Amino acid sequence: MKKDIILAGVGGQGILSIAAIIGQAAIESGLNLKQAEVHGMSQRGGDVQSHLRISDQEIFSDLIPQGGADLIISVEPMEALRYKPYLVGNGWLITNTVTFKNIPNYPNEEKLLQDVKAIKNLIAFDANKVAKDIGAARSMNMVMLGAASAYLDIPYEKLENGIRTIFGRKGEEIVQANLKAMKAGRYAAEECLS
Amino acid sequence: MTKLLLLGDEAIAQGALDAGLSGAYGYPGTPSTEIVEYVQRAEEAGKRNVHRTWSANEKTAMEEALGMSYAGKRVIVTMKHVGLNVAADPYMNSALTGANGGIIVAVADDPSMHSSQNEQDSRYYAKFALLPALEPSNQQEAYEMPFLAYELSEKYHLPVMMRITTRLAHSRAGVIRKESITENSIQKPENPDQFMLLPAFARKKYNHLLSIQEDLMKESENSPFNKYTDGKDKSLGIIACGLAYNYVMENYAGISPHPILKICQYPLPRKQIEKIVSECDRILVVEEGMPLVEEMLKGFLENPKIIGRLDGTLPRAGELNPKIVRKALNLPELESMPQPETVTGRPPALCVGCPHADSYKALNEAMKEFGKCHVFSDIGCYTLGYLPPYKAIDTCVDMGASISMAIGAADAGWFPAVAAIGDSTFGHSGITPLLDAVLCKANIVVIILDNDITAMTGMQYSQVNGRIEQICMGIGVEKEHIRVINPLSRHHEENVKVFKEEIAYNGVSVVIPRRPCIHVYGKKKRI
Repeated sequence: MKKDIILAGVGGQGILSIAAIIGQAAIESGLNLKQAEVHGMSQRGGDVQSHLRISDQEIFSDLIPQGGADLIISVEPMEALRYKPYLVGNGWLITNTVTFKNIPNYPNEEKLLQDVKAIKNLIAFDANKVAKDIGAARSMNMVMLGAASAYLDIPYEKLENGIRTIFGRKGEEIVQANLKAMKAGRYAAEECLS
Repeated sequence: MTKLLLLGDEAIAQGALDAGLSGAYGYPGTPSTEIVEYVQRAEEAGKRNVHRTWSANEKTAMEEALGMSYAGKRVIVTMKHVGLNVAADPYMNSALTGANGGIIVAVADDPSMHSSQNEQDSRYYAKFALLPALEPSNQQEAYEMPFLAYELSEKYHLPVMMRITTRLAHSRAGVIRKESITENSIQKPENPDQFMLLPAFARKKYNHLLSIQEDLMKESENSPFNKYTDGKDKSLGIIACGLAYNYVMENYAGISPHPILKICQYPLPRKQIEKIVSECDRILVVEEGMPLVEEMLKGFLENPKIIGRLDGTLPRAGELNPKIVRKALNLPELESMPQPETVTGRPPALCVGCPHADSYKALNEAMKEFGKCHVFSDIGCYTLGYLPPYKAIDTCVDMGASISMAIGAADAGWFPAVAAIGDSTFGHSGITPLLDAVLCKANIVVIILDNDITAMTGMQYSQVNGRIEQICMGIGVEKEHIRVINPLSRHHEENVKVFKEEIAYNGVSVVIPRRPCIHVYGKKKRI
């Protein structure tokens, strides 16, 4: 088993929490894992990405080779496209469609979404709305994790445990909101494909 | 046994803790920050009362570490690569004093300059100082190496460098722990003159350092971290250092057809190098950072057999990755889709609501009549004020240089000469140049952007917190020219006026825009 996943977003959008939960779940499942993340300057509103590699074999590189990622999970559509060169031909792109505009020259949205739709294996939806509808507006990142959960080869319960471990110290209310958001994301992805 | 999921930085910290650490010293700097932060969070460190507060800068941190070693205890001092420039004086001299309790100097380099102003390679410092260095290739080694580092450090009475680069520093993997070692008890140096570097002593100590180089090299030859793996195809031999080893093995899916020498301990192991160079037709040197090993092997007379970054087989600058190394190994490129043209760069920027933004707006208005090239700045979030829409600053060189450069420019007759420096940077290296300014009555305005925190590296405590005015007055800045303003848009006009008044004053002025970073109250302030 091998899953190479690129997580993408803008500094502050919570992709490192997604990475931490998948990481925790992978370790609990007895799998090997390497997860490279971005700290420092880019976290101030710049583009951030995390390379997450899970395997039952030894993993060498901390970085995924270009053309080697099975999956891109993105919380922002332009950031999803930034890492397209990493995606393997039949890989899946799972992305939020809500743009995050903190630069003056953000591209034309329509054209951007066309480029997103050009990817064959695609799950794209408004994750901000899904999060808001269940009363967990700040858990958009967990909605995206839920949307990707069927593609990780990790049992769903392990991801739930991951949420409990990572958010546990923030209190039960936050844990429940995130669990709910992940579930809503899973349903949203299923709807996208049906 | 359960694995701990640790960043490379955290693995070093956990390794040091388990190897009997009594103190962690350092100044925050990406990508090294998480080493001390991990010790600060570790429950066990609290129970054992391991020293774990930040120091004012890397030099004081290195010297404090040397003091703890003097008293016989095991210690780690951490910094980013450019921090070692600041700590270079004690680091170089520690090669002569040596260590009593084990010292690890953990330095995190940043090839490709993700969050840095250069990409210098700290292994050059270790070679320069004639000190051993360890360079982990993965998180498990990062955890295990402190055990060996302390052993070597106490056996040879020398500090040992642990060099790591961004990618490993900030990459997580499962780590299996070893049995812990208890801390050393206090033990004064066996030789009371060990740390005395009067020239007559220093000469002897230098000769001693030279005399044990062969022993250090033998340690590398026998190191569990340096590994020679034979391969059938001897048309090429590969020497891969630290993390670079992974990129080679990634491309060969774990089995190299060529002999490969993994180097994770320095000085270079002669025996293995001689073997691979004599057996193979060509030698590809793959190393993260600068071509240190390649240069040593190639030599001034340029042995054509050695290839790597110097002949263009690998790029001369920047971080390695699997793709770059694949090309150097002459393997077919992996198919990949192009990036759509719609994708636009998204550089980092000051956060919405950042106090620096309001400070810069007011400063810009006050400076309008003078045009560009008057504001010398420094290292921190506020360096982003160079970017539009602010375009408020003109320089960024090294910690503290804003004030010193403003002095030099003012000395040359340049007016106005303004320095913009953050509170934590001021504590790190801004106080001594301000003393210069007062002593020579330089006509400068120093803006100390006080956001209550070391923000860029992730909200660490700032050493000068709550005492900036006292420090300035103590140095001799006139009280009426130390002006505190509140950088909020509703105070814009009065802030512009303060800047204008202090620019007009012929002498040293300090303006302190004071408003906490918007993230300060979102996060619990750390130690």
